[in-house]
Amino acid sequence: MTADTDQAAPAGEPEGRAGTVGVATEVREPAPAGGEPPRRWLGDRIGSVEVLAALLILLIIFRDPLAAALDDPRLQTWTTVFVSIMVQAVPFLVFGVLLSAVIAVFVPRSFWAKALPRHPALAVPAASAAGVVLPGCECGSVPIAGSLIRRGVTPAAALAFLLAAPAVNPIVLTATAVAFPNNPEMVLARGVASLVVAMVMGWLWLRLGRTDWIRMPRRPELDDASRGRAFWAAVRHDVTHAGGFLVLGAMAAASINVLVPERWLQTLADNAWLSILALALLAVLLSLCSEADAFVAASLSQFSLTSRLVFLVVGPMVDLKLIAMQAGVFGRRFALRFAPTTFAAALLVATGVGAVLL
Amino acid sequence: MNRQAQAVVLLLLGGAVIRASVTDLYLRYVKEGLRPFLIAAGLLLVAAAIMTLWYELRPAAPRALAPTGGGSTGAPGDPPAHHEVDGHDGHGHGHHEPRVGWLLILPVLGLLLVAPPALGSYAASQAGTALSAPQQSDYPPLPEGDPVSVSVLDYAARALFDRGASIGDRRVQLTGFIADGPEGQPILARMVLSCCAADGRPVKLGLTGEVPTGLPNDSWVEVIGRYTDRLGRDPVNDAEIPYLEVESWRQIPTPKRQYD
Repeated sequence: MTADTDQAAPAGEPEGRAGTVGVATEVREPAPAGGEPPRRWLGDRIGSVEVLAALLILLIIFRDPLAAALDDPRLQTWTTVFVSIMVQAVPFLVFGVLLSAVIAVFVPRSFWAKALPRHPALAVPAASAAGVVLPGCECGSVPIAGSLIRRGVTPAAALAFLLAAPAVNPIVLTATAVAFPNNPEMVLARGVASLVVAMVMGWLWLRLGRTDWIRMPRRPELDDASRGRAFWAAVRHDVTHAGGFLVLGAMAAASINVLVPERWLQTLADNAWLSILALALLAVLLSLCSEADAFVAASLSQFSLTSRLVFLVVGPMVDLKLIAMQAGVFGRRFALRFAPTTFAAALLVATGVGAVLL
Repeated sequence: MNRQAQAVVLLLLGGAVIRASVTDLYLRYVKEGLRPFLIAAGLLLVAAAIMTLWYELRPAAPRALAPTGGGSTGAPGDPPAHHEVDGHDGHGHGHHEPRVGWLLILPVLGLLLVAPPALGSYAASQAGTALSAPQQSDYPPLPEGDPVSVSVLDYAARALFDRGASIGDRRVQLTGFIADGPEGQPILARMVLSCCAADGRPVKLGLTGEVPTGLPNDSWVEVIGRYTDRLGRDPVNDAEIPYLEVESWRQIPTPKRQYD
């Protein structure tokens, strides 16, 4: 496939497909909810608020039994670790979402298309570099990449952006520097390795990718009556969405923290190759937010720096919540091909960069 | 989960974070330096919740005109060109409201109802003592005072890597909690955080002399004692544990800052 067809196709095809899907869903779904703002309390979705209220009342009533149930030291430690991961991640999550909403709402839609070079092979590094200045965690970059493709940006560039933005933005690199005060080279290694993986994947898509793998479901956005409304809607949606996945990640991390005996990790850590593979898999399973994962990596101090670099490079690019989100935004056929390839690329590149820089 | 429910959850989350950071609750989970960011993030969450509710509950009037408004959307009055209209900000709003948002109730619950304690003796028994190779080879002399107050981490590092040279014959005063040692005897421990409790690791000190007895695990004590060259081993990670020769001790209430 030449670069040209790749560039030309996405403008028409995925949108056409998305269109047919979209029209169908639009007729069925938003119609009842269509007159949106006075979301009727007797509509089909009234449930949430009442369910929430009932749930909270029940929780308050059963507060004491609940606390008693958490008395087991293991459960208590799990709760402490879970809560602390959430508390620590909330500022990162909120500021990331805020910035991404500012960019999404107040930066003109045509900006990215104009800013990127016309030739796709050049657009890939440009998009990766754009990812560097765009703060936000991976949860935010998946939908942004989706809308870039909708707006006619070549998928290769959008995917490079998707991979680069969460891994090498200023917040993430600062967090990495804070987490590794004694190893500033870690910041450089993380930036370089992540950029290389993003570009490799972009170019690989130019060579091998097929646009019909990408099927974008229709996403009725806010037809913004005002920018303020769109902005706060973006904030609300992203905090709930990304925050929900963050809770999943925190639960997984707390479970690993409590259940996996340290001696286990110790045995894995002793073997150079096994430790790299183990931390790459751990990164996928833990699904940590890229803005927080450096701190977890720092605490895995029994592992070599290279294997922890692999953890930091793989994590923001491939993990359980990302695979789920990519399947949602781009379609399952895409996610099934993209995620394993990215995993392999990230593993190889990060190991190589680690060998050179660390 | 509809938008009002999302707004309520955001309000609760923001409120819980603010409450935890204006009280000392947050110190159980994260470092002190995060406090201003926690407060700011909490306020933003509350603002997002209020704005969402405001837009949701406002009279519907402007909504009907929406698709024609906004220069940044597609051509006005051109509904079929939905690919122009959608993807306005690429965040997938609309009828696909994230169900995963329900999970955000869990941290709210954790902070408001449960408020789990800081990591203590159980976590300390699960992890190996966290002293790693020293950052510096020279330890500065201890500050003035008799007994001189030092942290468990500082004492352990000086005792282990400096073989007590910089402590000499001084009396030191340490604060920590009681945990089970390798052979069941009480040891003094303190958790060290680099970021949040997820990376909390214990520093352990063996005790000889007037060993505190009859105290349950997780009791906080202030011990006064001197350096001893006795060393033990932590079975978890096979690292050396320095000892302290205790002269006197007293039980104290749980301190505000439980982590070193």
